Amino acid sequence: MNSALPPVIIGAGPAGLACAKALVEAGLRPIVFEETSRPGGQGTRRLSAAMSSEAIRFMGRRAAAATAAREADEDRVLAACDWRPGTLVWGIFGNHLEIVREGRHDSIPYNQLVIATGATDRIMALPGWTLPGVFSLGGAQVALKNHTSFIGKRIVMAGASPLLYLAAAQYVRMGARDITIVDTARPAGKRRAAFGMAMTSPKTLLEGLQLLLELRRHRIRRINGATLVRAVGAERVEALDIRHPDGTLETISCDALAFGYGLRPETQLAELAGADFRFDETLRNWFPLVDADGRAGPRLWLAGDSSLTGGRVAAAQSGRLAALSMIASQGSEVSDAAEVRSLRGSVARLRRFQAHMAGAFPWPHEAAGDLPADTIVCRCERVTAGEIRDAIRKVAGPAEVNRVKAITRCGMGRCQGRYCGQTLQELTAATCERPVADVGRLRAQAPVRPIPIAASDNDGHQP
Amino acid sequence: MSSNFDVIIIGGGLFGSFTGLFLARSGKRVALLERGLVGAQSSGANFGGLRLQGRSPEQYPLSLMAQGHWENFDGLIGEGCEYDRNGMVYFASSEASRDRLLKYASSSRACGLEIEIWEGDEVRRQLPWLTGSGLTASYSPRCAVANPRITTPAVVRAMTRAGGQLFEGTEVVGIDQGQTSFTVSTPNRPPMTAPVLVNAAGGWAGTICEQFGEPVPLFSAGPPQFVTEPMPYVLKPSVYAIEGDMIIRQTSRGNFIFAGYPRTLANDDGRHTFVPPQKTLNGMRAVGTHVPGFRNAEVIRVWSGVEGYLPDMLPAIGASQTTAGLYHAFGGSGGGFQIAPAVGECLALEICGKKAPVDLSPYSIGRFRSSVEASDKLMREFDPASSSR
Ligand SMILES: Cc1cc2nc3c(=O)[nH]c(=O)nc-3n(C[C@H](O)[C@H](O)[C@H](O)COP(=O)(O)OP(=O)(O)OC[C@H]3O[C@@H](n4cnc5c(N)ncnc54)[C@H](O)[C@@H]3O)c2cc1C
Repeated sequence: MNSALPPVIIGAGPAGLACAKALVEAGLRPIVFEETSRPGGQGTRRLSAAMSSEAIRFMGRRAAAATAAREADEDRVLAACDWRPGTLVWGIFGNHLEIVREGRHDSIPYNQLVIATGATDRIMALPGWTLPGVFSLGGAQVALKNHTSFIGKRIVMAGASPLLYLAAAQYVRMGARDITIVDTARPAGKRRAAFGMAMTSPKTLLEGLQLLLELRRHRIRRINGATLVRAVGAERVEALDIRHPDGTLETISCDALAFGYGLRPETQLAELAGADFRFDETLRNWFPLVDADGRAGPRLWLAGDSSLTGGRVAAAQSGRLAALSMIASQGSEVSDAAEVRSLRGSVARLRRFQAHMAGAFPWPHEAAGDLPADTIVCRCERVTAGEIRDAIRKVAGPAEVNRVKAITRCGMGRCQGRYCGQTLQELTAATCERPVADVGRLRAQAPVRPIPIAASDNDGHQP
Repeated sequence: MSSNFDVIIIGGGLFGSFTGLFLARSGKRVALLERGLVGAQSSGANFGGLRLQGRSPEQYPLSLMAQGHWENFDGLIGEGCEYDRNGMVYFASSEASRDRLLKYASSSRACGLEIEIWEGDEVRRQLPWLTGSGLTASYSPRCAVANPRITTPAVVRAMTRAGGQLFEGTEVVGIDQGQTSFTVSTPNRPPMTAPVLVNAAGGWAGTICEQFGEPVPLFSAGPPQFVTEPMPYVLKPSVYAIEGDMIIRQTSRGNFIFAGYPRTLANDDGRHTFVPPQKTLNGMRAVGTHVPGFRNAEVIRVWSGVEGYLPDMLPAIGASQTTAGLYHAFGGSGGGFQIAPAVGECLALEICGKKAPVDLSPYSIGRFRSSVEASDKLMREFDPASSSR
């Protein structure tokens, strides 16, 4: 009876949508769950109604036309799916997904599941980062695409992330001019990384370089190789203090700051569905274990950034691969072996590109050890770096992140460690003087997002 | 570092830690062996309730003695545990549960606890946010709460300051019984030897009992716990529905923590208790029904723990009936956090050959030699369906 269940996809970004398309082509009608109200995902988030008339200005004529065609195609695919936007999947238990839609709970059995929940900004805490007016780079993009709004009038975009130049270029195209870019990566590291990037995906590298040119044309000030010292302000952010490579300090006045250091995968649901994890030394982070097609278990596939960041194209290809692997696992019509091979090769190559890019935009892990004691690490629970260090240094103190969480509350709040977890890992490792791989990672727990108490009116578990 | 001790304690939960503290303070060379990290199992995962109301009459002497220690925790331990004498309310909404509430109240009073009874308008006045008519409530001002996550490590620190030795990440995998001593083996350290061994292995204590020929009907479970995002601080006392379907308190930082029976059996691996979604929904429904004001609040975290239960819902504390030098302290059965300081002190006194101020005979492991009755509390707090998860 279970094999009659439709395949389920969580997440309607490029990975989930490409997966849906391949399943629909194979004559299936997958259920597609998406937390937000519209398809698109993060990087390819659809523009708000007010912004969509500005699409050409926002992304250029060619990209706008391609995007319109792609979105129309996605809509056709979703029309052939059991499409459920505005649906939060908050837990996975046994072979059921626990969901909340329009404030009501339901429980959905599944037999084959693709998780394509994407990624969010990787954040290293910074003194003052909890001031109003400080955003993540991804958040600055959401403000523009979703809310048709800049994050401020005098903006600093900072960190080491491919989103840095993209977000800045998008703001510039929409008319923002008072933008300062502070790229914390060292130019030498970038030059070294460029070689690997050129080898693996020259096209992506070129796109990045074109963004730089575009920003230069608009005389956007760009500072290279600086370190972020603190965001300052009384009621809200008023300036960013940085340290230049030669040691001089500079205060850049601003009314908004966006920062970030690449992306971290959203893996909570994958973990609840039974995925195992591995530590990647290059990216200094944990990733779910998958095979070449994204399979993570007998009934589980992971696609897109939620298993390993790779960008939009890799996400779409990995979504398609997952679908083909899923169809093959059902013993149906063997799919085109040549296509599978070429997809695998391409996804692997694009992900190697990301690994090289990590060299160009390095994660500033050493900053955790130097965080001032009063810097807030966990903004939900307001836990400082000093409190965490004190807890670790006590006799019978914790030396593993889940215990640090239990003792200090860091990671216990509303966001469940999404924004502090990365800093927590590095700070724990630095304080214990242990490799970061040895201090663990925050375990996922259901609910992965807050769930409204009234949702229990309908429990979906029919007796 | 010597591997000869006066006492080896297996299990760094709160039972083992308090036992270690009092032994170390009476000059014993103590080794506290913990498989993982101290206080990471039920002693760290529990609700933090230091509840005196509704205990069975034979538990009061131990409970009241323990409360004295909680009230002086900072003095006893040298650091705090976020102890808060917030008081506790039981409420009953049916005739039958009202009878039970009044029965609990009179037995609590007979044991020396101060209890106020609220009826009718007084309940409305005290708990205006609670639905239901004809409510009866009993209030005990001496009940309190503490933060379980920080408590055990604090007690262990006090033990090490008194000379006790802590071995974390040290699982006892074998026990050899010699003429006058026990030799304990672990995967990561040389064997350790002591004439006295304390079994404080919580939900895992059963295998040790079995090895020494006194099997116990111990099983592992945990009640599900839920926490909301922080809200303005309005609720001082902990409030328990006497039916057990809702237990709620607010932390001073604003989060509401609630819990509800039935409990859930631990996973097959014995190290975790997953909370099935159905239990989460039941818990949310109970709180939304009793307190409609919560309907718009959100639950941000759900957890449970693994603790040892015995069918009569009483712990096993005291000397082994089969083996000289072996002592037990396990089976908190849902109420072990509160009694732990007294468990530790009484057991330490007994080990030192002194008379404990509380009679430990109701807790003797010997009671399992004849058949033991399952208490009606056990029947109420576990549903048969929970065994199938
Ligand atoms: C969710 C929940 C809520 C609760 N709420 C309350 C409450 O509000 N009030 C209250 O009074 N009580 C409450 N309790 C009960 C209370 O938490 C327990 O009764 C008490 O903590 C038991 O302490 P313990 O030391 O026996 O067990 P534990 O804390 O479980 O300690 C046992 C330790 O032994 C270790 N161990 C096991 N085997 C070995 C081995 N072979 N070698 C080395 N180490 C080993 C384990 O790792 C563990 O750390 C609750 C329990 C739970 C689970």
